[in-house]
Amino acid sequence: MVKFNRFTLDNGLRVIIHEDHTTPMAVLNILYNVGARDENPDQTGFAHLFEHLMFGGSVNIPHYDEPLQRVGGENNAFTSNDITNYYITLPAVNIETAFWLESDRMLSLAFSKKSLEVQRNVVIEEFKQRYLNQPYGDVWLKLRPLVYKKHPYQWATIGKEIKHIEDAKIEDVKAFFKKHYNPQNAIMVVGGDIDPEEVKKLAEKWFGPIPAGEKYVRNLPQEPEQHDERRETVTAKVPLNDVYIAFQMGARLDDSFYAAELMSDILSRGNSSRLYRNLVKEKQLFSEVHAYMSSSLDKGMFVFEGKPNEGVSIGEAETALWEEMERLKNEEVPADELTKVQNKVESTMIFSEMSLLDKAMNLASFELLGDADMLNQEPGKFTRVTANEIKDLANTIFRRDNSSTLIYLAEKN
Amino acid sequence: MNRKTPPASREIENINLIHPVSQALDNGCNIFYFDSGDADLVRIEWIFGNLRFDPGKPLLNVGVHTMLSDGTANLTAAQIADKIDFYGAFLQVDYGYDHSSVTLFSLNKHLQSTLPVIKDIITGSIFPERELETFIRNQRQKLQVSLQKNDFVARRAFNKALYGDTLYGLSADAADYDTLKRGDMLRHFDEMYQPSNCTIVVAGKIGQEIQDLISDSFGQWSNKSFAPDISQPQLVSAPEHFYFIEKPEALQSAIRMGKRTINRHHPDFPALQVLNTVLGGYFGSRLMANIREDKGYTYGIGSGMSSFKHSGALFIATEVGADVCKLAVAEIEKELKLLQDEPIAEEELSLVRNFLMGSLLGSLENVFSHADKFKNLYFANLGYDYYDRYVETVKTISATELQRLANEYLNFHQFYKVIVGKC
Repeated sequence: MVKFNRFTLDNGLRVIIHEDHTTPMAVLNILYNVGARDENPDQTGFAHLFEHLMFGGSVNIPHYDEPLQRVGGENNAFTSNDITNYYITLPAVNIETAFWLESDRMLSLAFSKKSLEVQRNVVIEEFKQRYLNQPYGDVWLKLRPLVYKKHPYQWATIGKEIKHIEDAKIEDVKAFFKKHYNPQNAIMVVGGDIDPEEVKKLAEKWFGPIPAGEKYVRNLPQEPEQHDERRETVTAKVPLNDVYIAFQMGARLDDSFYAAELMSDILSRGNSSRLYRNLVKEKQLFSEVHAYMSSSLDKGMFVFEGKPNEGVSIGEAETALWEEMERLKNEEVPADELTKVQNKVESTMIFSEMSLLDKAMNLASFELLGDADMLNQEPGKFTRVTANEIKDLANTIFRRDNSSTLIYLAEKN
Repeated sequence: MNRKTPPASREIENINLIHPVSQALDNGCNIFYFDSGDADLVRIEWIFGNLRFDPGKPLLNVGVHTMLSDGTANLTAAQIADKIDFYGAFLQVDYGYDHSSVTLFSLNKHLQSTLPVIKDIITGSIFPERELETFIRNQRQKLQVSLQKNDFVARRAFNKALYGDTLYGLSADAADYDTLKRGDMLRHFDEMYQPSNCTIVVAGKIGQEIQDLISDSFGQWSNKSFAPDISQPQLVSAPEHFYFIEKPEALQSAIRMGKRTINRHHPDFPALQVLNTVLGGYFGSRLMANIREDKGYTYGIGSGMSSFKHSGALFIATEVGADVCKLAVAEIEKELKLLQDEPIAEEELSLVRNFLMGSLLGSLENVFSHADKFKNLYFANLGYDYYDRYVETVKTISATELQRLANEYLNFHQFYKVIVGKC
């Protein structure tokens, strides 16, 4: 159970306070309700590039990192297709420094040309390091456009291509800031060894004067239901063949989300999971095989991924994955197996409460979904999932005409 | 209001570490309990000293440990997995350079059911032939993928150059898996997993009941008639200091360079940690500020220190655009030289002092972190006064002393250098 208080400033900034006096530290986490899905199709990768620029100095503070490190703090950020999240951890006695830094960059950036130039290069190197210079690194650049034809989830957060990053201009940066980086579009969580009254005062003092800005109204093209079997095969310089089968599934707030999560756990969580047990250990068809989902705010993806052993054809590998799906479609999950994945969810949540930062990020995410208290309602939702719901869901999702199959064939020299 | 000036801040005066309650079992196994927290859960680690490395069977140590959860006389791999997962527990086997550990994360309410599984694993693993075949095949496949990653190849070549044919320098290839035999594994298992070679570290909410459960389970556990040999062969560094592994189609090159230095036991270690932080140990470090934030050559660059039982090392690692590889190496050399030639300005040094104190405080997130701090000390034969010395060093080390250390430990021409990619 994660307890919290919450209030909203006049300018629309939502603030959540979570006390945790078992640590001498504090966390200040700010979630901006903007991600790669909000990008223009000709300027992809921009939300993530922008995240880098948030560290390039703000209107009153030339260097973001230096004063924070000077008071013993650390920070980082990440961008997803849905959100951009920034966090600071620092000794709780120095919490005001975090307010000072975060409020100034919400007020306005310095928009330094040098910073843009350097961070363009840094992000291009990140593009190479994580997506192009790794075996299978470009999988999401290929799989997303197969699964999504209309929705902006068709591109990865890094962007469609390096050129989009090279082309970013300072005017675009300013426009993006104005559109998305304002109090109405943000959720702040302050947690740790803090006094809630003090936090309230500091929030008013540093964030209160920031103008509300314009409200961003999201209006994204929605992805139509899929009714055609999709397939792409690529030959690449990778050592092993690799099979991906992706399905469209519901959004994060759909009722079916909890059944889907448990279904992916039944398939792929731990060494007792079905895919590992049956396909790696028993039938010895794959060296590794996984199932997971994207948990995205709009229509999501349920993905199977496996590297077949030498001598196992792509056809055999696909058949084996489909057999596991058919089993879920035709047979109810036994009670013991369902209890097992529900127990795992329960203990995972209890263990995650050991981390202050995890708690802060979770509170922010659930507040974005509608209510931070949903975090505390999660365990009950998993407990109520029935075997029948999982079976129904498997029948809804695992259809040939809802599948997108991507095959990597290892180029043999 | 004034947004230009930072708010008032305070320095971190000291840190409070939780000390364990210890218990010595008759069979030679020591248990350390860290009791704190509100949540009814526990993390238990069984930590074993690695046996002497045999260069003719380089995968024996790692193979035995990794396969501990793959079957015992009483339980198949599948049954072990079922039990652990059913009770919502997590079982990890981690193979390390000096020690290898089995870790159980469990809710207290299920400990009675999960603990016997661990007991069974560390007293009765049998390495079934069929599981071994699967293990070898899967590991070979994974190795093929890893060998296509430049940073992985660079790390292996670097360790091999520094430490030769030892546990630290291990760089096995696919053919080495042929030397992994069940008979050797059973003998290795019998020798290594004995109570006299085991330390148990427990962290979480621990009442008397939990303590009794653990000490009863592992008190009834006998040593063999032979003692484990945890001595290690002499470390021998290679005479060749430069390794270039060409990948003609690389978009980026992995660079790793450094040398053997000192481990935690050496009096200079805390001071060298301060110097390492200035060089490449945090986001604002000199390497990051120059090579990422000024030049944009890389997504990330850093330096680090490793502290092993028989050695220590300082190293720099990065992946840079293939077109700027030579320039990046030149900038690294420049930064090392600068630390040797000029004392660090007090403004920068005070920032690093505060950053390290904040980091130390922040590294004590929960009761598990307190146990981790203790392990650093215990396995290096150091007492809690080590952290007093560390704090004292961080707060008072002079720029002159750091410059002396830079001249002793950061000589670019003494560094081993590995480049994988194009340069």
